[in-house]
Amino acid sequence: MTTEEVKTTYTIPVGPIHPALKEPIRLDLSVDGEEIVDVDITVGQVHRGIEWLGMNRNNPIQSIYLAERVCGICAVSHPFAFVQAVEHAVGITPTEHAEYIRVIIAEMERIHSHLLWAGVAAHEIGFDTVFYLAWRVREEIMDLMEYVTGNRNTKAMFQIGGVRRDITEDQFPRIRKALDYYKSIFNQLKTVFLDDRTIRMRTKNVGILKAEDALKLLTVGPTARASGVAKDIRQDQPYAAYADLDIKAITPDIVTGTVVGDVYDRIIVRLLEVKQSIEIIERCLDKMPPGAILTEPKIAKLLNTLTKAEGEGVGRHEAPRGEVIHYVRLESGRETLSTWKIRAPTYVNLMCVSTILKGGQIADVPIAFASIDPCMSCTNRAAIVDQKTNKKSILSGKELHELSVEKTRKLKG
Amino acid sequence: MEILSPEEIIDGFKTVLGDSFIDSKIYEREVAVKKNVFKTIWIYVKREAFRKAVDYICKLQECPHLAIISSSDLGDSVELIYHFTIYYGRHLGELSLGLRVNLPKNDLKIPTLTDIIPGALFTERETQEMMGVEVVGIPDKRRLFLPEDFPEGTYPWRTDETGPQDMLRVLPGREKK
Repeated sequence: MTTEEVKTTYTIPVGPIHPALKEPIRLDLSVDGEEIVDVDITVGQVHRGIEWLGMNRNNPIQSIYLAERVCGICAVSHPFAFVQAVEHAVGITPTEHAEYIRVIIAEMERIHSHLLWAGVAAHEIGFDTVFYLAWRVREEIMDLMEYVTGNRNTKAMFQIGGVRRDITEDQFPRIRKALDYYKSIFNQLKTVFLDDRTIRMRTKNVGILKAEDALKLLTVGPTARASGVAKDIRQDQPYAAYADLDIKAITPDIVTGTVVGDVYDRIIVRLLEVKQSIEIIERCLDKMPPGAILTEPKIAKLLNTLTKAEGEGVGRHEAPRGEVIHYVRLESGRETLSTWKIRAPTYVNLMCVSTILKGGQIADVPIAFASIDPCMSCTNRAAIVDQKTNKKSILSGKELHELSVEKTRKLKG
Repeated sequence: MEILSPEEIIDGFKTVLGDSFIDSKIYEREVAVKKNVFKTIWIYVKREAFRKAVDYICKLQECPHLAIISSSDLGDSVELIYHFTIYYGRHLGELSLGLRVNLPKNDLKIPTLTDIIPGALFTERETQEMMGVEVVGIPDKRRLFLPEDFPEGTYPWRTDETGPQDMLRVLPGREKK
């Protein structure tokens, strides 16, 4: 055994396909022992040129459904922002009735998305009982969405000038029943996620993002709010029915009194937002004004207006993961959009990943990375390259997951 | 932090930029039942004064939020719009601010903002690879979304000869556009 100490930095590429990442992305982690010293991100593995299709192939109405397919989980957020952008560009005002339906659908989406995330986060730390619990609880909102929109996901509810399906008063009791169910189990969920010893050990003081870093790195959504940045478009620049509802951005100090900006704080924010969403839907049901669902029900006529229109507009929506922004520009006589720019929340939230992971341990990577709720998918492998000996070993996704589970076991003692 | 009205902000831009200020527009929209209004300001400046304009935005709001840079190919020139939001965190108080710059096709260069807004890196890298606009002083020159083997000098968002038209697959039985 030599007494001479050699300091070696390893690079661990995680992804592009990996269990902790719900969508292909590659993280190159430079590690010194167990500690992460640097992170490099490579994206683009699933770039499908959707904006290009909207600018060269589809007319704006077809692009609503294309926008819906930008993301499988936020299947409401993108069409919501997109129809708003087109409405601003052309000067169409959606009906008041439709504004309320839009908000109800968007909030249902938030409940399902946050519960989905809660399950994934529990799975990342190896707490599969909670994972099953969260996803079983989530089924109720999925059923409700199927009842209201006709589909569990990819609901095709949005149309320029309103929505495509009505929510009528005879549907209210079924919606209220589902909301009452969530209200009845909310305290139980809160106890499971906030008071459980294992979850506290694995999430407290892990993956800290300070408020000033969040602001500089343009972080949005629950990730920013968990760092104490009270930013929420529903509060700051309310659109649709949110403008009537006086919504307040949720920060973790409501529960704990302080803001740490760690994974635990992100759990608090998302959990409280589920409750907030339930309240928003209830208030929308109470206040919903009667009326038509569309300003222009004849699609051919609407398409004609869009082809003749000239202008530009920005549509923003607070998606479950943060701000979604769409910019569109229409040229008179052109069937497709002349410019379409989409910005999803993970686009900016990825930049804080480096800050979140630095100084942490490899076993914390799955939960810390998942805590920003990156909009991503499943399993494969990670390769470990020893730079000094140039020896390459493959660490499968399963093994990395097991490392994380192992840490939980060790902490529990 | 002093909160200025959209009109005062536009006047501020005029004073700071002088001749380099080209145009401005305020877009207002009433929403839902209560008819609350939300506002967007559009500012059009010359490229020489671009950094000055961003510095002024930083004076209005410490750490302004830069959502995205959108770019349009207008034939002879490329138009960039920097979508900022300021005065966030206040109920009904946020303002969207679109900063518009026009770059001639023979000189597609714009200074980087990463020194004042580190988070601008991704969108600057994307603008660089997709539109072929050179971001001067960008700390990370690599591509963001395009694969490494994507041909140099082809920019997916362009509509001129540098666009991706030659790369499109023409399905059997169809004619090339």
